[in-house]
Amino acid sequence: MEQFLRNIFDNDFFIYTVMAVVPLVWILPYALFVIWLERKVSAHMQDRLGPMRTGGWHGWLQTIADMMKLLQKEDIIPAAADNKLYNLAPYIMFAGSYAVFAAIPFSSAYIGSDMNIGVFYIIAVSSLAVVAILMAGWASNNKWSLFGAMRSAAQVVRYEIPTVLAILVVIMIAGSLSLQEINHQQTGWFWNWYIFKKFPFVFIAFIIYFVASLAEVNRTPFDIPEAESELVAGYITEYSGMKFAMFMLAEFVNMFAVSAIAATLFLGGWNSPFGDFLSGPFWGAFWFLSKGMFFVFIQMWLRWTLPRLRVDQLMYVSWKVLTPWAFVCVIGIGLWMML
Amino acid sequence: MRKYFRDIFQSIWTVLIGMKVTLGHLFVPAVTIQYPDVKPKLPERARNRLYVNMDDCIGCLQCKMACPVDCIEIETVKSLPTDNLGTTSTGQKKKLWVTEFDIDIAKCCYCGLCVFPCPTECIKMTEVYEFSEFDRKSLMYNFVTLTQSEIGKIKLKAAEFEKEQAAKKAAATQVAAASKASGTSASSSSPESTVKKSQKPS
Repeated sequence: MEQFLRNIFDNDFFIYTVMAVVPLVWILPYALFVIWLERKVSAHMQDRLGPMRTGGWHGWLQTIADMMKLLQKEDIIPAAADNKLYNLAPYIMFAGSYAVFAAIPFSSAYIGSDMNIGVFYIIAVSSLAVVAILMAGWASNNKWSLFGAMRSAAQVVRYEIPTVLAILVVIMIAGSLSLQEINHQQTGWFWNWYIFKKFPFVFIAFIIYFVASLAEVNRTPFDIPEAESELVAGYITEYSGMKFAMFMLAEFVNMFAVSAIAATLFLGGWNSPFGDFLSGPFWGAFWFLSKGMFFVFIQMWLRWTLPRLRVDQLMYVSWKVLTPWAFVCVIGIGLWMML
Repeated sequence: MRKYFRDIFQSIWTVLIGMKVTLGHLFVPAVTIQYPDVKPKLPERARNRLYVNMDDCIGCLQCKMACPVDCIEIETVKSLPTDNLGTTSTGQKKKLWVTEFDIDIAKCCYCGLCVFPCPTECIKMTEVYEFSEFDRKSLMYNFVTLTQSEIGKIKLKAAEFEKEQAAKKAAATQVAAASKASGTSASSSSPESTVKKSQKPS
């Protein structure tokens, strides 16, 4: 796509702007749709209907109406809050989650920046969310916010280790940190996807990655940082209006980001499951987005199935289950690759 | 060590079971009733807005007595012997004009106690439960079918009739008093009882 733009335009700045904005074109409608979908999924899993009236057909306008409401809301800043940090936090949060998309290949023709350390970049940049969460929690000057922020920071740092180790398993097979390269290696039928290769190890790594990524984006069952029943809303307790919307957006964007990484690393990214059938740049985008959306749906599904973990259980899962098994996978794959 | 592995296996397994349950519920029809579009089916003995069938009302005031919040206001006027008010659907002869039958539904507590004593079953609960108003005065329900002029005429006639009756009685007592005064033997009735008699038919 960059080449295509270069053929038409001569202006570097313009080309980079277009390249940078493309993920946004997907993310904003996606967020509107997924917030609606989450409400519908949660409702139907509880035998309810969810939003039904706004916009006629099954309340499809509900999120847009909510967004309008949030736009019009008064921007309340607590008197005792640290003004600068308080105002900055939502934007850093969103910037961190959006920066991840720079290295995610949406299709064989489009990747924001095809760097050779894409995975490394993603892991590094997605940790920016912790900074934003701590900023928000600290600047709000509210004990619930601070509790949420502390928990969140602890949790994200803790779960980064199994995540990285699980990703390392794939990287050891692929021999590359570039996501586009990893995708190219999975071309062909679906049994070429990494999840079905070197059987037990990559599959276990996939499960570890998925569970740990749930914790990283603070989704149930690992949503103790924003546990509604204990902490009001965690670090977003004091936020209202558009700043709250930014946090919300960042949360849903993060959901898609980790799903996209899971799809890219384990499920062949933009590769069609049926070899050459329905492949190509546009179908590639379709497959990539549907795989990502599938994982987003599984995240919702888990959210409305499982109760929240206790803090000590969270520690147990991370240190005593996920991390050792991730090491087992890394060592197993290492031996397999050597032989 | 065995417990560790069993715990991991069980946690994965039970999560899968839970996911199966929730996925099943995703396709179960919702229990929600879309209220203004779909009206719920009311139970047979549901208590809602009161209705009075004035054709059957005999003005016995039993519902008014039963009402625990005094939301029913009834006023009756005696009919003349020449009037024919007809009969109720239960076959009772109507003897009173009901000139006022107001139910303040804002006060009504939907207890249904007024329904049971009614001898002609003319006051009853309907299935209407959506009757909110912007003005509280609109919740004063007026069930009387007679027009204001009719009520005026009825009251006037009744008053005239009463006056006539009173005049007749007065004449009768005068006659009685005269006969008593002229009577030779001591009458059996004392003056007090005469007064009582004269007052009775009014």
